[in-house]
Amino acid sequence: MALLQISEPGYTPDPHQRRIAVGIDLGTTHSLVASVRNGVAECLPDEQGRVILPSVVRYLSADKRQIGFEALAAQVADPHNTIASVKRLMGRGLHDIADPSRLPYQLIDKPGMVGLHTAAGEKSPVEVSAEILATLRFRAEDTFDDEVYGAVITVPAYFDEAQRQATKDAAQLAGLNVLRLINEPTAAAIAYGLDNNSEGVFAVYDLGGGTFDISILRLTQGVFEVIATGGNSALGGDDYDRALADWVLAQAAILAVENAADKAALLRTARAVKEALSTQSLVPFQLELADTRIDTMVTPADFDAITADLTAQTMTVVRKALRDAKLGKDEIQGVVLVGGSTRMPAIRTAVADFFGREPLTNLNPDEVVALGAAISANQLAGNHTGDDLLLLDVIPLSLGIETMGGLVERIVPRNQTIPTAMAQDFTTYKDGQTALALHVVQGERDLVADCRSLARFELRGIPPMAAGAARIRVTFTVDADGLLSVSAKEQGSGVAAQIDVKPSYGLSDDDIARMLQESFSTAQQDMQARALAEARVDADRMLQATQSALNADADLLEADEKLNIDTLMAAVASARADADAATIEAANQALVKGTENFAAQRMNRGIQKALAGKNISAV
Amino acid sequence: MNLQSTDFELFQLPVQFVQSRALIDTRWKELQREAHPDKFAAQGAASQRLAMQWSVRINEAYQRLKDPLMRASYLCELHGAHINAENNTAMPSAFLIQQMEWREALEDATTLAQLDAIAEQTTAAEQAQLTVIAHSLDVEKDRAKAANEVRSLMFIQRFGTEVEARIDQLAT
Repeated sequence: MALLQISEPGYTPDPHQRRIAVGIDLGTTHSLVASVRNGVAECLPDEQGRVILPSVVRYLSADKRQIGFEALAAQVADPHNTIASVKRLMGRGLHDIADPSRLPYQLIDKPGMVGLHTAAGEKSPVEVSAEILATLRFRAEDTFDDEVYGAVITVPAYFDEAQRQATKDAAQLAGLNVLRLINEPTAAAIAYGLDNNSEGVFAVYDLGGGTFDISILRLTQGVFEVIATGGNSALGGDDYDRALADWVLAQAAILAVENAADKAALLRTARAVKEALSTQSLVPFQLELADTRIDTMVTPADFDAITADLTAQTMTVVRKALRDAKLGKDEIQGVVLVGGSTRMPAIRTAVADFFGREPLTNLNPDEVVALGAAISANQLAGNHTGDDLLLLDVIPLSLGIETMGGLVERIVPRNQTIPTAMAQDFTTYKDGQTALALHVVQGERDLVADCRSLARFELRGIPPMAAGAARIRVTFTVDADGLLSVSAKEQGSGVAAQIDVKPSYGLSDDDIARMLQESFSTAQQDMQARALAEARVDADRMLQATQSALNADADLLEADEKLNIDTLMAAVASARADADAATIEAANQALVKGTENFAAQRMNRGIQKALAGKNISAV
Repeated sequence: MNLQSTDFELFQLPVQFVQSRALIDTRWKELQREAHPDKFAAQGAASQRLAMQWSVRINEAYQRLKDPLMRASYLCELHGAHINAENNTAMPSAFLIQQMEWREALEDATTLAQLDAIAEQTTAAEQAQLTVIAHSLDVEKDRAKAANEVRSLMFIQRFGTEVEARIDQLAT
């Protein structure tokens, strides 16, 4: 007789239990969190009813900080310790940042990513972003009075691998389970497409605070297929502010502003004036600086002339994306505007003139990305039961490796649908050579020096052979988040080469571990308790997943296979109830391993189902 | 059906050069609907890994099937006629002379209109070559001949890329 299963008090193994899944738009200027409630995606407000969280973090002392509106208010008074627009520093070294002297921060030149000197010591842009993400996570947890199961974080489509990895690291640091990184224009298209029930080819023009993206997507029956994407991850509303500030300084014959507080005040005023110019025909620019005073008037015509070059830059990128998509502008059924900066009338006019049609703006450009991310998160968490969405995104920039003479050999071309993998064979140069060094870069240029260095790999443990005899197949895999992994195997001997990754940007696992140690969440919480809680969450996830797989496809299993899986599940459940983190993890790993074959059979069934009733018509 | 099945088996298409692009797109989306890792986001690491393998394989087949040049090369290789593009650069002399003329025209071109005309000419040549390849593969079933024609097409396409690069240069 089968044993009756009884769950532990307070622990329900019900796979249909709703999971809290959120979409987070981690923006340059501000960030939002949204979730699907009662079938509708909505942005979650803070206690004061505000949905927007300014992406600003102020460090007051080693363990005191302000995030959001409070920090924003202190920007002028405490410029060194109040970090705004940190997104522009993600995954970037000091030499990548155009004109760092204009920023009011004390930047630290570090290998990999730039650091920031603050009252709380040295901070990485990843840590600053994690503060913002954690604030939004707490907001969601307060709203639902429950733990967040997982999050979809949006990134600009044009973010390279270093910037994506930095974003994912920040989410991990904030204690979020990242279900997926999705591209901002794709998220916007989800919100728009579902709202308007649209089909056809759409262009999403997304000008945010610090980044610009254009994506061309085809929408068909719940499939969001990105055909081409382009952009500039260092062009946004901030640059319009700066252009205006420079013009005003030139008008007032001020050569340079040295004082950090003045720099912050100048940019802040420029932003306010820019925003006012969207609705008013004459706006005063008045500002008291340390040793002088600015008092001038700006008209929309002045502003358009000052920033015409920036707008033109975005339109060049739009043309290139259309060419990559091999589409004419008359083939675009609709143009969607996303990002607060698309409120500028000059942008709306430029886009409307180019496409010959009025852009769609019926969703709030600030919220649309977070809403789309929430819809995606809800589905990825397994809450959604209706028709599935399918996102087929592309890699924005080509991946390549360095070859002789500093040239780039392209391995994965841009705009290829992800996930994708490409294999390349290498051989040894000298007799008995047992190691090989590879340098992976990202970008469209032919010279390594003009591309972004992503990582250096060392393949070790190649069996010694005569020069040129080894056949080392290196496989580059880009996952659905746009993140790269590399594996290598010597083809003759089948020896898997060991790979040491030295990321040129981003953080090593050790860095992450150190930051976790130092972070807010562990300050109050015992590390062991956290590890135990995480192991239990993993165990729950795996138990639920296995149970729903069994419910759907148990008929694929022989009796002994089924028994084996049942035994492994029981072991996880019992470890979860009273063992330490390591034991739970071991039991969980055993279950993962023990269900591999079952998973393979289920996948085959799915593929057969997709092609059911379709025969080869002619051979 | 497994990860080692050919692209044509995976997409349930006839093993031939002429294909309907619309059908390839439809099959691609149907397959990704079943296999995409997003479908398995809440289902544990083993399923995720497997979904990733399938999804990558489906995208690989899609890239190859939708691109006429890659599809033609693949068909030749499937039937044992190797393209061997790196080592085999022997071309008929008439073809080489034509290539040289094109390159001279490209070097002499200074206006966008001139470049557009060259681009148009290249596209026409590409289309003509595809028709020739289709005949060799699907009618004559002479894959060795097709492999030679594919190599010529590679030259034409590479030239086309250079023309586009020049147009880009001039446009910016």
